[in-house]
Amino acid sequence: MADPLLRVENLVRRFGGILATDNLSLDVIPGELHAIIGPNGAGKTTLISQLTGQLMPNSGTIHFGGRDVTALPSYRRSRLGLARSFQITSLLPDFTAADNVALAAQAHDGHSFRFWGNARKEKPLRDAAQAALTRVGLGARADVPVSELSHGEQRELELAVALATKPQLLLLDEPMAGLGVTESARMVALLKELRKEVTIVLVEHDMEAVFALADRITVLVYGRVIASGDPDAIRHNDEVKRAYLGDQHVVVAHG
Amino acid sequence: MKSQFNTSNVVVALVAAGLVVLPLYSQLTGNIFILTLFTRIIIFALAAASLNLIMGYGGMMSFGHAAYLGIGGYAVGILAFEGIGSGFIQWPVALAVSALYALVIGALSLRTRGVYFIMITLAFAQMAYYIASGMSRYGGDDGLTIYKRSTFGGLIDLSNRVQFYYLCLACLFGGIYLIWRIINSRFGLVVQGVRSNEQRMQAIGFHANRYRLVCFVISGTICGLAGALLANNTDFVSPAGMYWTRSGELMVMVVFGGMGSLFGPVIGTIFFLLLEELLSQFTEYWALIMGPLLLLIVLFARGGIMGLLGRFNRG
Repeated sequence: MADPLLRVENLVRRFGGILATDNLSLDVIPGELHAIIGPNGAGKTTLISQLTGQLMPNSGTIHFGGRDVTALPSYRRSRLGLARSFQITSLLPDFTAADNVALAAQAHDGHSFRFWGNARKEKPLRDAAQAALTRVGLGARADVPVSELSHGEQRELELAVALATKPQLLLLDEPMAGLGVTESARMVALLKELRKEVTIVLVEHDMEAVFALADRITVLVYGRVIASGDPDAIRHNDEVKRAYLGDQHVVVAHG
Repeated sequence: MKSQFNTSNVVVALVAAGLVVLPLYSQLTGNIFILTLFTRIIIFALAAASLNLIMGYGGMMSFGHAAYLGIGGYAVGILAFEGIGSGFIQWPVALAVSALYALVIGALSLRTRGVYFIMITLAFAQMAYYIASGMSRYGGDDGLTIYKRSTFGGLIDLSNRVQFYYLCLACLFGGIYLIWRIINSRFGLVVQGVRSNEQRMQAIGFHANRYRLVCFVISGTICGLAGALLANNTDFVSPAGMYWTRSGELMVMVVFGGMGSLFGPVIGTIFFLLLEELLSQFTEYWALIMGPLLLLIVLFARGGIMGLLGRFNRG
């Protein structure tokens, strides 16, 4: 097995008396699409936020590319090649789609203490933005303000922003959240393309999508890993069925 | 793209042209008062424009911006008092001290957000106010009279009303041009991005506070320049000029004109100070009218006067 790109060891995060992350360990191998599933409140978003540095763990370590990043703030981790999309769309609403992506490209092109030149006229940044937008199917919507994009388009833009930071590891927090059937299908097709280029950690409720995409699946319940393995193993794991899948048997059966 | 000839652009161009030819009008009609009044307006417009940079574009509600007016002014006043009359020394010192003050205040207060940020900037400005009141050598509470305006080795005579007016106007236009470059630069986009969604900006790799701090310092420095101009205009500096009500007035000027609009603070300042001048001729309770007016603007015209002008294009 290759050295893991991301190694999480004994991660603990408490909110008051609640253990949101309970001694959690996890490896993500370069090139894989690693899905994290679990019922609501299992601590999936809490985990993602600790991986990106928005939230600091109480104990445990996170290694990224062999480097201990546990104490690094989010902007430093982003520079190392860790990108995330947000479960609840988090964009710059008063900027255009192209601006949102161009800023992500700009963040990874040296410091931004440049006070004079018009940044919107910098061709390399605009080209990078256009390329990422085209990638997710938003090429024609570049100059539309984010607040005027549909929900589905905003989800796609989230992805374009993450891509523009040229990540080594993409953490996607429920990219399908709130999408309709056709939009979801488009997102799955898009992720199938992306996984060829970048390692992905996918948190998702849509079981059909998860079982179609994932190389490995880790199941989280109450902040603990109860199972981890390839989709077939997870599908047939009794503990997973009991603890989590129960009412979703039907979906999994034909997924 | 929007037309270059929309209502707000036309109004801005007319106002700018009016400011340029105003001394001519004053000379022709012998109306010196209007020149004095507008010199003051222009200086405050520069201060308001600097506040707009952090408030409108950076989303930092500083309630202590008058401190820079005082610091810039005291730098000029104290140096003049100690016998250093050259503007080539006074003004750079005024800018440097303002920048330094902004750096310290910013580094401390930018750890907070929202109401706490407002309160901390207010608290620091009040501290500056009391320090100035305590400087007994420089007049303390009563303030410090400046007997001789800054000299620039014969290049320009600040005691000449028209020359001083044009110097102030050049500073205002220069300041606005600088702000215009900044807000469209890489730096400016980052600052505006942080205003819009700080968490997102951190997540894509920006150390948000570093950019906010630099923006805070730029704004304070520009306002320090306004302070140096103001001290020369009134030949006097006093703690009263940095009291929190003055900071509030600057905020009102920005809100009147339109937050986050490049020329808005200029329009807002003209509106505010002209109205104050006009109303105070009729009643000493002019604030009774100004208050409800501010309320109306905040309630019904979020973009201030510039926002209202913008509506004509769509409507």
